[in-house]
Amino acid sequence: MAQVSLEGIRKVYPNGYNAVETTSFNIRDGEFVVLVGPSGCGKSTLLRMIAGLEDITEGVLKIGDRVVNDVDPADRDIAMVFQNYALYPHMTVRKNIGYGLKNRGIPASEIDAKVQDAAKMLNLTEYLDRKPAQLSGGQRQRVAMGRAVVRDPALFLFDEPLSNLDAKLRNQMRIEIKALQRRLGTTAVYVTHDQVEAMTMADRIIVLNAGRIEQIGTPSEIYHNPASTFVASFMGAPPMNLIDAQVDQGQVRINGYNRVMPAPAAHSGPVTMGIRPEDVTLNADGDIRFHVDILEELGAHRLLHGAIADQPFTVMVNKDHAADIGETGISLKPDALRLFDMETGQKL
Amino acid sequence: MADTTLETPAVIPHRRKIRWGTVGDHAVLILGSLLMILPPLLALTTASHDAVTIHREGLQLTLGDDLGKNFHAAMFEKGGFTQTVDGMLMLMNSFILGVGFAVGKIVISMMAAYAIVYFRLRFATLAFWIIFTTLLLPLEVRILPSYEAIQKLGLTNTYTGLIVPLIASATGTFFFRQFFMSVPEELAEAARIDGAGPWKFFVDILVPLSQTMIAAIFIIMFVFGWNQYLWPTLITTDESFFTLVRGIKQIVLSYTDSQIPEHGQALALAIVAMIPPVVIVVFFQNWFVKGLTESDK
Ligand SMILES: Nc1ncnc2c1ncn2[C@@H]1O[C@H](COP(=O)(O)OP(=O)(O)OP(=O)(O)O)[C@@H](O)[C@H]1O
Ligand SMILES: [Mg+2]
Repeated sequence: MAQVSLEGIRKVYPNGYNAVETTSFNIRDGEFVVLVGPSGCGKSTLLRMIAGLEDITEGVLKIGDRVVNDVDPADRDIAMVFQNYALYPHMTVRKNIGYGLKNRGIPASEIDAKVQDAAKMLNLTEYLDRKPAQLSGGQRQRVAMGRAVVRDPALFLFDEPLSNLDAKLRNQMRIEIKALQRRLGTTAVYVTHDQVEAMTMADRIIVLNAGRIEQIGTPSEIYHNPASTFVASFMGAPPMNLIDAQVDQGQVRINGYNRVMPAPAAHSGPVTMGIRPEDVTLNADGDIRFHVDILEELGAHRLLHGAIADQPFTVMVNKDHAADIGETGISLKPDALRLFDMETGQKL
Repeated sequence: MADTTLETPAVIPHRRKIRWGTVGDHAVLILGSLLMILPPLLALTTASHDAVTIHREGLQLTLGDDLGKNFHAAMFEKGGFTQTVDGMLMLMNSFILGVGFAVGKIVISMMAAYAIVYFRLRFATLAFWIIFTTLLLPLEVRILPSYEAIQKLGLTNTYTGLIVPLIASATGTFFFRQFFMSVPEELAEAARIDGAGPWKFFVDILVPLSQTMIAAIFIIMFVFGWNQYLWPTLITTDESFFTLVRGIKQIVLSYTDSQIPEHGQALALAIVAMIPPVVIVVFFQNWFVKGLTESDK
């Protein structure tokens, strides 16, 4: 168990590409941190620097109290789970899980006991003598987990470990991984581009965009108080509605409407106003007119896609709420309004 | 009787048409096989006659009575200029050359490919292409300098001198490089995190993964080494290093005025020389095909 600290970490690839801008943050002991962001934003790069698989261009990386910039991956006391699992194809599950222990010169009897324990924890006992090719995707994923767990490392690193599984299995493994991490109390850094995984698994989420940190916070903070329009539109499905508005004397007004609402931030002039689709209610008498083009059934909810004042807008209503295509009035939950700078997209 | 509402059995036309395409295919295959099998067959039948008959009448199509005798003489009778080498010794030498050649090539080319693919060498690609261009310089082209070098090192008439100059292999390096590049990078990274150093990764992971590849290359290289003629002729003058392929020539050469060459024995030896490569290919062809076509990563 250990805390991890990144101080001014930066990564420039040999070809000159700036994959991670100067970044600092701390991960607390036992914390489950999720790095999330769109493809190519530098999540893997950051994780691989922590693992020691990529050189750190600049900055100091500490795991526990030790500076590990120049420490070999094997000696960082970490374990990593890869997206494609990277199991050794010619070794049985037993050997796969025990390989890291064997290389560390642990006696065979002890390895065997530890492998048994790990296998039991992950329901792999009956597969111990199979090769990876004889396992299902979910089982392979478990073996990869077993390989990480068996060494009892100070830090788990996950690089999109669930993206090769089907949706149902993904949900199940998500819960299992989280429960396992809880039980073991091991610090974990988890990379994903799936915001549902991020929301459900994380103690804290780090949202990355183009090599920069957009926001660090608990899932609830990230969801309810996005630091920028990027976070607002990246996290949450469907994303937060972002529409042009004006602020004047502490009142917000959507462009094209006269209706004003109290502004949640002191500012004046044009802004981007954000509101989550579930914070909007249909209200036939509402004076903001919403034109519904498409109705999407999600089972528990219904999504109404359309436009207000020619700007795309989405409303989420409960399944028993009648809804239809055409024009209707809406009302916005006043304390759910968020304002962002028009130019920079930063929260006001 | 007129009540034939029952379904009349559909008339199944008697269709055993000769598919000429298939016949043609088979004809070509049979013809090809015959073409391939005829020379060894002729060698076998001819080897069953005594030297005089062969000398007088040429190749024989029928089996004679001297088959056993010729084979026995070829394999067990001391012969050659020094009267100390028999076929068994030559067979052993051929095996040493074939196996040494194949193993040497595999070891060297695997290690070269490993270095090129897995280590961040500055000029890895350049090095690879340099190795690759040696394909344009087979032994025959560089035979004089090679001979000179071996001779200066005092390695003539040794197995080392026989094998080592032949084992640098661009082909092998190429195949292993392609294979290593298809092994997912994460495997090396996982091994690194698991505490396997470069050597352990090579031995514990890469070599077992390359099994089929190794088998395939072994077969090719063994046959290639087994059939070497020019280099052994140059580098070994001592008859105790002669291989089968050379021995055949030697029998035909023992030609003094009063003697006719032992063509029967030579052909017997030729057949013996053909058997090991054939056996290896027949028994390992599954591996061979697997190694060259699929790779179970
Ligand atoms: N070895 C490399 N050399 C140069 N640029 C690289 C290298 N590896 C990655 N990059 C670049 O760095 C950026 C970040 O890559 P990274 O793999 O960290 O993305 P990611 O956030 O993990 O994306 P994904 O979700 O698709 O896995 C990308 O734009 C990529 O093109
Ligand atoms: Mg990635």
